[in-house]
Amino acid sequence: MQMPEPDTRVLSRKAQIVARLRAVLPDDAVIEDPAETRAYECDALTAYRCPPLCAVLPASTEEVSAVLTICHEEGVPVVPRGSGTSLAGGALPTADSVILGVARMNEVLETDYANRFIRVQTGRTNLSVSGAVEEEEFFYAPDPSSQLACAIAGNIAMNSGGAHCLKYGVTTNNLLGVTMVLMDGTVIELGGAHLDAGGLDLLGVVCGSEGQLGVVTEATLRILRKPEGARPVLMGFGSNEVAGECVSDIIKAGVLPVAIEFMDRPCIEACEAFAHAGYPDCEALLIVEVEGSEAEIAEQLGLILQIARRHDPVELREAQDADEAARIWLGRKSAFGAMGQINDYMCLDGTIPVSALPLVLRRIGEMSAEFGLGVANVFHAGDGNMHPLILFDANKPGDLELCERFGAEILKLCVEVGGCLTGEHGVGIEKRDLMTVQYGAADLEVQMAVKDVFDPEWLLNPAKVFPLDVSAARRVVAAE
Amino acid sequence: MRPETEAELAETIKAASGPLRLRGGGTRAIGWSTGEVLETGGLSGIVLYEPGALTLVARAGTPLAEIEAALEAEGQRLPFEPMDHRGLLGTTGAPTVGGMAAANASGPRRVQAGACRDYMLGVRFVDGAGQILRNGGRVMKNVTGYDLVKLMAGSWGTLGVLTEVAFKVLPKPEAVASVLLDGLTQGAATDAMARALGSPFDISGAAHLPEGPEGAPLTLLRVEGFAESVAYRAGRLRDLFAGSAVRIETDPERNAALWRDIRDVAPFHTRAGDVWRISCKPSDGPELAARLGAEATLFDWGGGLIWALLPEGSDARARLGAFGGHATRVRGEGESPVFQPEPAPVAALSQGLRARFDPRGVLNPGLMA
Ligand SMILES: Cc1cc2nc3c(=O)[nH]c(=O)nc-3n(C[C@H](O)[C@H](O)[C@H](O)COP(=O)(O)OP(=O)(O)OC[C@H]3O[C@@H](n4cnc5c(N)ncnc54)[C@H](O)[C@@H]3O)c2cc1C
Ligand SMILES: Cc1cc2nc3c(=O)[nH]c(=O)nc-3n(C[C@H](O)[C@H](O)[C@H](O)COP(=O)(O)OP(=O)(O)OC[C@H]3O[C@@H](n4cnc5c(N)ncnc54)[C@H](O)[C@@H]3O)c2cc1C
Repeated sequence: MQMPEPDTRVLSRKAQIVARLRAVLPDDAVIEDPAETRAYECDALTAYRCPPLCAVLPASTEEVSAVLTICHEEGVPVVPRGSGTSLAGGALPTADSVILGVARMNEVLETDYANRFIRVQTGRTNLSVSGAVEEEEFFYAPDPSSQLACAIAGNIAMNSGGAHCLKYGVTTNNLLGVTMVLMDGTVIELGGAHLDAGGLDLLGVVCGSEGQLGVVTEATLRILRKPEGARPVLMGFGSNEVAGECVSDIIKAGVLPVAIEFMDRPCIEACEAFAHAGYPDCEALLIVEVEGSEAEIAEQLGLILQIARRHDPVELREAQDADEAARIWLGRKSAFGAMGQINDYMCLDGTIPVSALPLVLRRIGEMSAEFGLGVANVFHAGDGNMHPLILFDANKPGDLELCERFGAEILKLCVEVGGCLTGEHGVGIEKRDLMTVQYGAADLEVQMAVKDVFDPEWLLNPAKVFPLDVSAARRVVAAE
Repeated sequence: MRPETEAELAETIKAASGPLRLRGGGTRAIGWSTGEVLETGGLSGIVLYEPGALTLVARAGTPLAEIEAALEAEGQRLPFEPMDHRGLLGTTGAPTVGGMAAANASGPRRVQAGACRDYMLGVRFVDGAGQILRNGGRVMKNVTGYDLVKLMAGSWGTLGVLTEVAFKVLPKPEAVASVLLDGLTQGAATDAMARALGSPFDISGAAHLPEGPEGAPLTLLRVEGFAESVAYRAGRLRDLFAGSAVRIETDPERNAALWRDIRDVAPFHTRAGDVWRISCKPSDGPELAARLGAEATLFDWGGGLIWALLPEGSDARARLGAFGGHATRVRGEGESPVFQPEPAPVAALSQGLRARFDPRGVLNPGLMA
């Protein structure tokens, strides 16, 4: 993966830049010692690393504004960072960049149950947002698997999803407002405790902009009352095709489960070996979860099971109690860990139309044989968001590159069948150079024009999202 | 001008020497713009409909009625309940997909299901330079690049002319019921709606009519879903408000009529005066209504959406003073802008975007400015 050459004019002025940052931040909030900046050299895409010029940890919107004002004046690129769990390299620094981490900004600013929102500083972790409203039986809906660690900052930047977004939507559908600092230090408010924009929906474009339009310091999030209960059912099928048809039939029948998760045989076997969840021996497995009161759950599950029976299931297992429910989820939730035990893997994130599921799974199987690399599939089937895990050996020369080529082919296939490169992890550096597969030159140009408006000098996270050659002219101007 | 294809539309815009006034169905006549009328009606038809994948793609000039009929046949619907502006604005014509999207038109179900923008999966559009562009796609989860779909939603044709929109659709529920509370004050109604929306009973509409159909105040809470579930939740809501005058309406036709009237602000249709639409924090509603001193009001979205009828030429914003939210003049004329003015740095961003998307300033100039 290519990254731009660091700007030597910035590197040579490091001492001066650090001194200016120290003047506006507490001593321990500026990190320049190479031993300590190592902690910021990568995110969860660990194959790519580079220590930044320095890292800063401001504690307020004012401090963020002061930092950005200085970096803007000095022409220093800034890479915003939440918890560093991005799987796309979104928070990967360059040697000439300042990492701006919001980890110290983790306060709850306001909880308002009557109006159903919470306002937080964006360094707060996803799970602790729900934690803050739990005693009133409320929750924040988007639930990425990384929710214990990832921050609202990164969730907004990546427009993150989770297992339950089939019913509740992803981050953008649950975000009401932000406080954001533009690259020149200007603080703006978008949205708030009210619904929808009075003018252009700038909030909508900020969400998912991967830290390229501004640094988000505070967020107003929609909170929801917890349902009375939830229960999963597990279903095993004889083929991926049949499982795919079952998903489509459930959706058509008018039931709206909160989650429909899909695992194929390689994934089932790995999870079984790792977590001993007691999954059946079958080709494809679905976990479907519904919510409501006891009676509502029974009614919905009744319908779902009736549909499933039409597809000759190998097994149908309804959770009778919380214990059994936990066991059904156990394997799925440990899927990534399980795969990590047996192999190095790369996790893809393309989305496809649900109807293309059987075709895509078959083609992935064929490609797996061609590339000689195993693939396990686990994904959010209700909305077609696939997570093929390609297995490779990081110690074997050339295997990572082979794996990346295979991954690129899968993502191209996703686009070919009417889907997209990434459903929730974001483009970052990982899918940057594939953007031209999904979008034409003019489509990318108009997206970059949006960045031109928010960040005319292209200093915020500039080497991400757009292929380097496509953004080159803009970044060159920025460096001058 | 009425291009028949996307390519023709692009050529038309490229060749335009002066301002263009975009026109879908001609039904949401909000705001003013000068220029030659550019109609989208030639770009019509459903491009793709996959009920099993909950997706529908249609050209922007497609009449909404055609979309609704296609969805109805499969027992599905547009979940965001777009309002029909015709009664309120006294317009005729057939609302189009593009006009609905460009207005981000959403009705009572907004509080539960989300807005039009939340169901827009992808767009094709022609920008002010005549370039054919696309963003998003037709799948439900997509974070590939910037989300210009949201930006186009509610942009009132100021950034580009939509040619095609992909939507996520949802199944129509089997049953519906409304829990009706009689005689509440605005304050009590706001509290009641907050309690209902903060309950686990999945409220899909919460509105308050200070003058209900029978003249007295009426507060309405809607639940939808499978029949047994609807009966259960309506019952639990009735228990929640034990002590108030509570009725449950289960008749589908009467429910449809009640909520259609709220969605389309029917009580204002026959009354003269300007109509303002105010989006606010729900609990601010009663205070803002008092400041407005309107001739009539209607509260939707749990109180977070206030429709206000004011004497012609009134400036609602002057009456409201500073508040969190925005006010739009949906009907009427006056000195004050139609859309809520933005703080300077935000206005600069909006203007910057508009200058990029429409460098010559030919698309609906004057609108949203
Ligand atoms: C085990 C595992 C499971 C995962 N599961 C899911 C999942 O189920 N669903 C899902 O969607 N994702 C998942 N992810 C990916 C990742 O957790 C999400 O992308 C998450 O939102 C990143 O949050 P973060 O705080 O760690 O952000 P970071 O990694 O720190 O940054 C991510 C991006 O956000 C930008 N950014 C950070 N802070 C700000 C700010 N204040 N202002 C502007 N931009 C900012 C960065 O520049 C970067 O581009 C998973 C990751 C792991 C490791
Ligand atoms: C009696 C009367 C006189 C009027 N005189 C004028 C006048 O002199 N000047 C004037 O500017 N307006 C005038 N209007 C209003 C004018 O009809 C609308 O503002 C404008 O043309 C929008 O058309 P619409 O309502 O048909 O759009 P709708 O289809 O209802 O669309 C609503 C909004 O979306 C936009 N839109 C529609 N389709 C698309 C699309 N495919 N892509 C992007 N945006 C789209 C429209 O421009 C409009 O802003 C008048 C209205 C009436 C009732």
